[in-house]
Amino acid sequence: MRHLLSISDLSKAEAVSILDTATELARVSDGAVKKLPTLRGRTIVNLFAEDSTRTRISFEAAAKRLSADVINFSAKGSSVSKGESLKDTALTLQAMGADAVVIRHGASGAPQRLADSEWMLASVINAGDGTHEHPSQALLDAFTIRKHCAKGAPDLAGIRVAIVGDVLHSRVARSNILLLNLLGASVSLVAPPTLLPVGIEKWPVDISYDFDAVIPSVDVVMMLRVQQERMSNLFFPNAREYSRYFGLNSDRLKLMSPHSIVMHPGPMNRGLEIAAEVADSARSVIVEQVSNGVSVRMAILYVLLAGQSLEAGEK
Amino acid sequence: MTVKGYLIKNAQMPDGGIKDLLITDGRIHSLAVGINDATATIIDAKGCVVLPGLVDLHTHLRQPGREDAETVLSGSRSGAKGGFTAISAMPNTSPVADNAGVVEQVFRLGQQSGLLDVFPIGAVTQGLEGAALSEIGAMADSIAQVRVFSDDGNCVFDPLVMRRALEYIKKFNGVIAQHAQEPSLTVGSQMNEGEVSAVLGLKGWPAVAEEAIIARDILLVDHVKSRLHICHVTTAGGVEIIRWAKARGINVTAEVTPHHLLLTDELARSYDPVFKVNPPLRTQKDVMALREALADGTIDIVATDHAPHTMESKECEWQEASFGMLGLETALSIVQKTMVDSKLMDWAQVADRLSTAPARIGGYSDQGRNLEIGAKANVMIINPSASWTVDKDLVVSKSRNTPFHGYELPGVVTHTFFNGMATLIDGALINSGGSE
Repeated sequence: MRHLLSISDLSKAEAVSILDTATELARVSDGAVKKLPTLRGRTIVNLFAEDSTRTRISFEAAAKRLSADVINFSAKGSSVSKGESLKDTALTLQAMGADAVVIRHGASGAPQRLADSEWMLASVINAGDGTHEHPSQALLDAFTIRKHCAKGAPDLAGIRVAIVGDVLHSRVARSNILLLNLLGASVSLVAPPTLLPVGIEKWPVDISYDFDAVIPSVDVVMMLRVQQERMSNLFFPNAREYSRYFGLNSDRLKLMSPHSIVMHPGPMNRGLEIAAEVADSARSVIVEQVSNGVSVRMAILYVLLAGQSLEAGEK
Repeated sequence: MTVKGYLIKNAQMPDGGIKDLLITDGRIHSLAVGINDATATIIDAKGCVVLPGLVDLHTHLRQPGREDAETVLSGSRSGAKGGFTAISAMPNTSPVADNAGVVEQVFRLGQQSGLLDVFPIGAVTQGLEGAALSEIGAMADSIAQVRVFSDDGNCVFDPLVMRRALEYIKKFNGVIAQHAQEPSLTVGSQMNEGEVSAVLGLKGWPAVAEEAIIARDILLVDHVKSRLHICHVTTAGGVEIIRWAKARGINVTAEVTPHHLLLTDELARSYDPVFKVNPPLRTQKDVMALREALADGTIDIVATDHAPHTMESKECEWQEASFGMLGLETALSIVQKTMVDSKLMDWAQVADRLSTAPARIGGYSDQGRNLEIGAKANVMIINPSASWTVDKDLVVSKSRNTPFHGYELPGVVTHTFFNGMATLIDGALINSGGSE
């Protein structure tokens, strides 16, 4: 495995191996000395052509805990925002000797363009591209679900997940649907019809427009962020109506089955897709998703750059 | 080189017969079995097919304005290489060809190249903006004698503007070539809307955005009794609407591009913008419907939509890249591959779809003539049993954006004659058409 561009690049064994490696690395992070020497002398570039402080610092923390050198190349003040081409940026990073490039980009497929080109030899890790995929988010979500719902199983067989909201524009949803399906979970999408893509018929998911009907039967409710710009583009009449039908409020929280959990990739619109009392409730694992994100991203870097998974006891 | 014409020996005519064809004084002098002429240059065309010179009704030459991507001369050379003796320059240049001055400039540049006829297409609306009619009459009366008008790249969206344009061109038997794309359904669209766009997260360009305009304009042209041509049809649904219109006797013609006869939206999975084109590559079902429609005449012609772009406008992210593909040099090979080798059409139908019919639609009277004694010698030869491998670095066009790089294609264009003058001999351009 050289790049992580899409969940579809992964076999089930590889996905489970990343989660297992993350479990081991999480133990390291819980110890007194949080750092491993594995990637000492390796250079990882965070190329963020789109704002995302939380994903960037998560990858940065992960790389530093593996002792890699980290260069942050963010859109603001960088050449990407000044109109330098992706090609020239890639040539520059190649000339600087990057071993891996973690890329966040507004254009779907930009990471694949980097990986497939001859401009750069580094490993490419997709940290979210346009409305395409966000594979590290899906892996950290699967890690979180496994921890809470899998009862010790290595995969997510039989676990039922509802993904709720703007599937059309969500890279988080696309990666999660692929990974949850790969790991044996069943997925229900809940959204207004306007926010589901044409062509969704072939996806391995159930589709519902009725949130209340789906809630009681699932183990995980994963809420998606509603982008402000969707409001003005006829996808739904207004924020109040969206919230009424597709928001996770305290009434709907009561419909959830015992032991089920609430997830959100962040950042949240409190009061729109998720009520504050739900986000802060005991069922919410939203903050834990963030800390799991560091372990999972460590595992991704470990597997891609050290070329191996970390078996239990090997550390 | 002074020659007394060309004698093409033992060539297969479009109708399948084997004959010799003598070209002298710019015309087809004779056509028979066993012609001898000691003064002519002899071309052994055994195993090859002779067709009337190809006529493209949809070409982007980029001059004036983007001479770094293509010029009238470089596009003409690309055309001669592909077997064309006439091409039609779309008006989306900078400045736009929406007045007599620009169309005359393009026409003159074509004449200077001397490699083929360059027929400028005039803009329907000023600046291609879809609001006010351009100087259609002045362009028709100019030395370019424009008969085809199009806002290609943009749709003539406003139904009243379209109605008025269709009516106005009746004065001189013109035709409106419509780029059928409902704009509000395609804001920011990147590729065909369907299963592949859903997975790739690229904004969809729905088939209905094309079909809705085709249907509307067919109803309009029937109402005002004018002449409508639909550019680059890409969808099975569009084919059905045109078939319905023709059955009712409505005066509509349609074109399909070579790339839409072969390629599908699956290629977008690479995110390589060389496959980004407008209208977009559709599905296999659409491809098969287009082939069937071309064979049965529902779609009248093949037109290339040759759209050169510089490297930097394709070496980037998909959504940043320009729309468009090269087409002139690969067109006939793609048609052979998709239509002839698959037994959907014979060479006589190829001659109709790539020469006779486009010349008729465009009103190009010295082009698209059947191979007949006395006609201007606009002729090309293809060796259908030879094959070649497309190499983007070897194309004649100034640009490199062919989607067929690396494809092995059947059919090698060996000779092109424009008004009796050889522009391509044994696959090599012999008249550079002067300097840039």
